[in-house]
Amino acid sequence: MDFDLTEEQRLLKDSIDGLLTDCYDFESRKTYMKEKGGWSKAVWGKLAEQGLLGLPFAEADGGFGGGGVETMIVMEALGKALVLEPYLATVVIGGGFLRHAGTDAQKAAHVPGIVDGSKTLAFAQLEKNSRYDLFDVATTAKKKGEAYVIDGEKFVVLNGENADTLIVTARTKGNRRDTTGIGVFLVPANAKGVTKKSYPTQDGLHAADITFTGVEVGADAVLGNPDDSLALIERVVDEARVALCAEAVGLMDESLKTTVEYIKTRKQFGVAIGSFQSLQHRASDMFVAAEQARSMSMFATMAADFENAKERSNAIAAAKVQIGKSLKFVGQQSIQLHGGIGMTMEAKIGHYFKRLTMIENTFGDTDYHQRRVADAGGLV
Amino acid sequence: MDLAFTKEEQAFREEVRSFFRDNVPPDTRRKLVEGRHLSKDEMVTWWRILNKKGWGTSHWPTQYGGTGWTSVQHYIFNEELQSYPAPQPLAFGVSMVGPVIYTFGNEEQKKKYLPRIANVDDWWCQGFSEPGSGSDLASLKTKAERKGDKWIINGQKTWTTLAQHADMIFCLCRTDNNAKKQMGISFIVFPMKSKGVTVRPIQTIDGGVEVNEVFFDDVEVPYENLIGEENKGWDYAKFLLGNERTGIARVGVSKERLRRIRDLAGKVESGGKPIIQDAAFREKLAACEIELKALELTQLRVVADEGKHGKGKPNPASSVLKIKGSEIQQTTTELLMEVIGPFAAPYDVHGDDGSNEAMDWTAQIAPSYFNNRKVSIYGGSNEIQRNIIAKAVLGL
Repeated sequence: MDFDLTEEQRLLKDSIDGLLTDCYDFESRKTYMKEKGGWSKAVWGKLAEQGLLGLPFAEADGGFGGGGVETMIVMEALGKALVLEPYLATVVIGGGFLRHAGTDAQKAAHVPGIVDGSKTLAFAQLEKNSRYDLFDVATTAKKKGEAYVIDGEKFVVLNGENADTLIVTARTKGNRRDTTGIGVFLVPANAKGVTKKSYPTQDGLHAADITFTGVEVGADAVLGNPDDSLALIERVVDEARVALCAEAVGLMDESLKTTVEYIKTRKQFGVAIGSFQSLQHRASDMFVAAEQARSMSMFATMAADFENAKERSNAIAAAKVQIGKSLKFVGQQSIQLHGGIGMTMEAKIGHYFKRLTMIENTFGDTDYHQRRVADAGGLV
Repeated sequence: MDLAFTKEEQAFREEVRSFFRDNVPPDTRRKLVEGRHLSKDEMVTWWRILNKKGWGTSHWPTQYGGTGWTSVQHYIFNEELQSYPAPQPLAFGVSMVGPVIYTFGNEEQKKKYLPRIANVDDWWCQGFSEPGSGSDLASLKTKAERKGDKWIINGQKTWTTLAQHADMIFCLCRTDNNAKKQMGISFIVFPMKSKGVTVRPIQTIDGGVEVNEVFFDDVEVPYENLIGEENKGWDYAKFLLGNERTGIARVGVSKERLRRIRDLAGKVESGGKPIIQDAAFREKLAACEIELKALELTQLRVVADEGKHGKGKPNPASSVLKIKGSEIQQTTTELLMEVIGPFAAPYDVHGDDGSNEAMDWTAQIAPSYFNNRKVSIYGGSNEIQRNIIAKAVLGL
């Protein structure tokens, strides 16, 4: 039983916090947002220089052999600084598929580019009617000799605009909501038949809706079993949920800190509004919510390595529920305690609120995961 | 970071669990599961079993009969005790006055009181709250005047838990009226059968009598019954209240209750099928289980921190334990009410000794719900806890 970071992990935390303090103040973020695809190539290069983009990959594959705790540290820091760069899409999700299912050739083709920052990835999974069910896949991948032909539409693909490679879920067999017959494919973003419609998202990131029309890929594009990869998808998305939990903890920490600072300085009736008990109690409840979230983020980080997939999923679902409840409370009350200024685009607190809110609606919301836990027999 | 228990810790859990299995009287366990009150005999019998095993005062320093366990072992012991369930050691003796005596008392006091506390030869009660001093405890008025080698004590205490069983009371008394209110308080102990002590029961909304008013009318107490220094009582009280930071979450109690809810919800029908099959109920239950898991982890963070850095530096997360722990305890009693539905209503006029078998599983559910409203009030109300977080953690 040990909740402390190792010496190396503390150094990692210090180095990423230091990097982001130097290059990621709120004003700089606004300029990064205006670059193509909505994030800064220069910052991405700095993350690569510090080895952060290769963190979770095995040393044999050119990475640094980091585990879940290392990713948690990075995601918390990225959340705290409200970072736009596609770490989740590229390193956590894209990297996750390559780590868990990539052949040596696939890793050799993709990992070095991720690690050195020259290539980014995106996960094309969401469909018009799939909502949060990962097995609900209408996009098809039909076998044609050794090759596959992909047809379908994917939505809200984060980093879809800039990604060099798309990781696409598509059905090789069966009907839309069957749990078998789902494959995962590495598709070059510039492949013939790929069309993209890009747009900014509510939280300042960029995403794309992507249509696949007769997109042909070779056998070397298949990640894992083309006919039965739901377990793989669930595993990687579980890791993405864990990463989102950590990001949310960082966002909540900074939201609470910013809000407490604000009510200490904002004066009304001749005194700091933080001297009013109603506001003190609200801030205390925000603290409680944030601490409960932190506990579950740690729990989820550990659970990602559970051998039993059902227990892993159940624990991570539980964490996403707690994070969802906490982030809604902390986010909303941060705005409330800021008053009018919290409503403006000019103040940074609203941008934290918006990112938190989008996390709630990514890879399953509170209700969705609460139902999963309930249907799995609870969490005893 | 590694949240798994070590092999040794797991073996310890097994040892504790099997001791409870073999030694907790079955009737005592059943009464606790059903939310009944235990008789004085039942409690004392169990505590003496625990003391004989050497676990009655587990967290005391070893020279006074403690076990020398790590903070994780204490955590495991408490969790197993609460979730078996078995009665917890009498907090007023073992967790409150005991540590004050071995920390601030003189040798004679240690020799006189500690073994009797450990074996519950004396049942202790706590004389802190007064009618006019609840959350503002330091405003207390009960007066101890020194006359020669005696104290003369006058005043009134209230919410004195199980004073009807008590042999001894530890009492905060005002000994200096001119000092700042926190500075003029002393910590004095005396027998409940002293002349001039009157106990009047207070019936609470659950119908039970757990708490009392205690009146002092010219009670004569030997001067040497003062613990520590005169007018330093407030420091000792703060020490005493800060001692049991992690136990207050009562995670094991809530775990046990959630198991009972699952069990009952599989039996009680709603709409022609067990209520556990009702999606809305099931999700509410899951929501509570998730909150409890988060609290358990928060508690473990505090425990691990204490193990590493000692008890001196409170972890900010510890402030969360009282608020969340009490809210979850209350939610579990609400869920039990929901499970039994209309059968919450009948009131067992025979009391809660278990003699009325027709009502053996329903009778205590509503009273337990009513009774558990107290948990967000006692031990520093949840509003006081929020004040503490605002001030000590957030710097507001």
